[in-house]
Amino acid sequence: MSFITRRAALAGATALMTALTLAGQARAADDTIKIGVLHSLSGTMAISETTLKDTVLMMVDDLNKKGGLLGKKVEAVVVDPASNWPLFAEKARELISKDHVAVVFGCWTSVSRKSVLPVFEELNGLLFYPVQYEGEESSNNVFYTGAAPNQQAIPAVEYLMSKEGGEVKRWVLEGTDYVYPRTTNKILEAFLKSKGVPAEDIKVNYTPFGFSDWQTEVADIKKFASAGKKTAVVSTVNGDANVPFYKELANEGIKATDIPVVAFSVGEEELAGIDTKNLVGHLAAWNYFESVKNSTNEAFIKKWHTYIKNDKRVTNDPMEATYIGFKMWTQAVLQAGTTNVDAVRQAMYGQKVAAPGGFQAVMNTNHHLSKPVMIGEIQANGQFDIVWQTKAPIKADAWSPFLPEDKGKVADWTFPWNCGNCTSPKAVAYE
Amino acid sequence: MRLIRALVILGLLLVPLMGRAANLPDAELAKLVTGLAGDGFDDKIAAIDALGTSGDARAVAILKALTDGKLAASDDKQMLIEGAGGKFTDAVTGAPVTPGAEPERIHVNNRLRGLIDGALSRLTLYSADPGDRLSAATEALHHPSLGAVPSLDKALATEQDKGVAAALKLARAAGLLQSPDAAVRLAAVDELAASTDSEVRGLLGELVGGHESDPKVIAAAKTALAKIERQLAYIEIGINLFQGLSLGSVLLLAAMGLAVTFGVMGVINMAHGEMIMLGAYTTFVVQEIFRAFLPAGLFDLYLVVSVPAAFLVAGAVGVALERTIIRFLYGRPLETLLATWGISLMLQQLVRSIFGAPNKEVANPSWMTGGFQILGGFTVTWNRLVIIAFGFVVLGALVLVLRRTNLGLHMRAVTQNRKMAAIMGIPTDKVDALTFGLGSGIAGMAGVALSQIGNVSPNLGTIYIIDSFMVVVFGGVGSLVGTLAGAMGLGVVNKFLEPFAGAVLGKILVLVAIIIFIQFRPRGLFALKGRSVEA
Repeated sequence: MSFITRRAALAGATALMTALTLAGQARAADDTIKIGVLHSLSGTMAISETTLKDTVLMMVDDLNKKGGLLGKKVEAVVVDPASNWPLFAEKARELISKDHVAVVFGCWTSVSRKSVLPVFEELNGLLFYPVQYEGEESSNNVFYTGAAPNQQAIPAVEYLMSKEGGEVKRWVLEGTDYVYPRTTNKILEAFLKSKGVPAEDIKVNYTPFGFSDWQTEVADIKKFASAGKKTAVVSTVNGDANVPFYKELANEGIKATDIPVVAFSVGEEELAGIDTKNLVGHLAAWNYFESVKNSTNEAFIKKWHTYIKNDKRVTNDPMEATYIGFKMWTQAVLQAGTTNVDAVRQAMYGQKVAAPGGFQAVMNTNHHLSKPVMIGEIQANGQFDIVWQTKAPIKADAWSPFLPEDKGKVADWTFPWNCGNCTSPKAVAYE
Repeated sequence: MRLIRALVILGLLLVPLMGRAANLPDAELAKLVTGLAGDGFDDKIAAIDALGTSGDARAVAILKALTDGKLAASDDKQMLIEGAGGKFTDAVTGAPVTPGAEPERIHVNNRLRGLIDGALSRLTLYSADPGDRLSAATEALHHPSLGAVPSLDKALATEQDKGVAAALKLARAAGLLQSPDAAVRLAAVDELAASTDSEVRGLLGELVGGHESDPKVIAAAKTALAKIERQLAYIEIGINLFQGLSLGSVLLLAAMGLAVTFGVMGVINMAHGEMIMLGAYTTFVVQEIFRAFLPAGLFDLYLVVSVPAAFLVAGAVGVALERTIIRFLYGRPLETLLATWGISLMLQQLVRSIFGAPNKEVANPSWMTGGFQILGGFTVTWNRLVIIAFGFVVLGALVLVLRRTNLGLHMRAVTQNRKMAAIMGIPTDKVDALTFGLGSGIAGMAGVALSQIGNVSPNLGTIYIIDSFMVVVFGGVGSLVGTLAGAMGLGVVNKFLEPFAGAVLGKILVLVAIIIFIQFRPRGLFALKGRSVEA
């Protein structure tokens, strides 16, 4: 008897709880819009990703102060995938199906993006990915606001080949051993060969993640450079390994005037951990530098300093890409009048944002941006001096024209193509 | 007008021949300097070249200002040099100027910076400071030109310093390679053949690679190259050995603390890496204190102060950990492993919350910056040299503590037979805490050294923890000699493998070799013998 009563009570309680939860959710849906932030706050990648989490929170804060979105408050749901790639997928699923977020801003490494990709495609979520990457991807559920190789690596190499850049003839492609450097170097090798650089003038070398003893590599670079041709190093070295690499370069006395090093993963934030006195002149290629002079950038930097309450914190390219992505998403939501993923996606195409880099960033139908490329030289104060920049924005190629296996591949999510990776249109027009 | 220009050009040609020459008229210099602000890249190159050959003493300051980004142009094209405190002076006359609008800074890039260095070298060839002259001569070798040969000759005639004279001769020979006379070129090749400088190797490589048409010169260059290559092969063995020792000393430093906590006490301490990290952050804090409160002249001493500070901080944390957690887990290796791993994550997050996630900048003091060239363009860097020495000093100190002090005696007694030691009146609890503190403190000192070559980030420790365990297990648990041999052995083997196996494969090979080795000698290189081992 008592057992049945207890069961009945339990059932009643469960029903009540469900009702309450549903009501709670309904209420939440009424006056707030939830967005997800999926950046590592602990582990190896915390060093880079924590800043991007703060950037999103700063934008949310700013948006709410100006009255929110569609008359609702925006609420950020921050989760910590702890630099653990499978955990990224788990947390992404949680954000979409449990927290019902309208959009997710997140990921840094390509492997974390590859890990969440199936989740976003299965649940029809929306991810804004703010980091420069190797390309070779275009998902209907991801907007890529960082640079593709043709917006960073190729222009940087072309600059070094030019008279201004020092007419480099010999190349060391130095990278960390994972998918981004390997793919980028494959594209660069194909590009260099197409420009008539013989194979013996290209040296490719990989080191593990977190590599800390660069003596042999730096000595090898010196040796390779002593063949009588102007040599440059193209570095796709990522994360923690950069500081010991640059320290070794500086101490071995490799000056930028002799062997310039151009890096694709070293920005203001990374330089904050290095004494740059002996690195003046080494280069980086990005779509944004903190030293860009224009009013949008000044406001952006000021907003950041106020939010983080520290005037010494720097801004960098992935932060700018986060800014562009967030602004574009809010504009697309306003245009669509809803946060529904399908509607927002359609509204994203052609969306323009005045970027802190001093130009209009435009979203293309391949889910990548058009933006200009800048090349900066490291200065003694840890900032970059922009020495070259494309005159017009460059449209990102999701698939590289320099790789034979990419021939004919098209990424275009509008009629008639409607796909991210195909050689013929998916839809056929009614005749 | 044409006559004046011809005279000026003649003057420019004569000036370098006259050594320390008279200055140009202000107007002429001003014209050259204005060229630096030219729109085209070629204009700037021409202006730099002209300034370099002008021999004008003022040109040095102007070119230096240009590389430092201190040269600016006002609205009406007046060229200004920005001095201390943002005050501007006229680049030519040196008169103070208060510009109306913000003057526009003149940008230089690598290419221009290289040319400026070349031009400066020609201007400082006669400087009173032998260091300046040496860098001028080296710079002349980096940018050889036939045009520089007369001024090099002139400098050679009066040069007293042997090192500078040798560098000047090399630079002169490099310039003569561009001579139209094949016999002169041949003589130049012979002279260059005596050097192993990497720059020379490049020059000869250029000749062989098609810049030369005379077969005799090509043949001579080929023999010279072959000779240099042979010498380099020997030098390379030396290089690998030094790099191996250097990597070994880093491993030694990282592993020594673990040799105490794991080796002597038997605690599997996964938080060992975090003790290293705490040491590195202590270095950062000490550096910031020096920057903020002490005169700049004392800054170079911050590292010396950091060593005891890091030892105390990490040691204190070690003692606290031992007292609050680890002492309850003695004899339970699995629980210790999990607990210390948890502690390591907590310490990482704690540091991340206090200092923030990004890397912290720890500067090398000036006495640890750069290096010196020995044969064949191989550089021995000061920071590596200091770290090798530091590693041995710490090892020596540790051996002294263990062998010659009461504390060391107690430690050995407790680890060999705890009960007996207790009966003899040794306070085992206290000794345990101090031993753990000592191991942690040494790890902290390793952190000071590692902050000089790598990152200072919350993850610093995770990079070294695996290597540390590898060294201790390979060398023999509980043996300091083993730790030394293990660290140096792994360092040298790694560096000899790396050039042909690559960094990734090299590391894998070393790991596989250790696994196989452990199969045959499970107690490592220097196994402890005696009853305590069996306990």
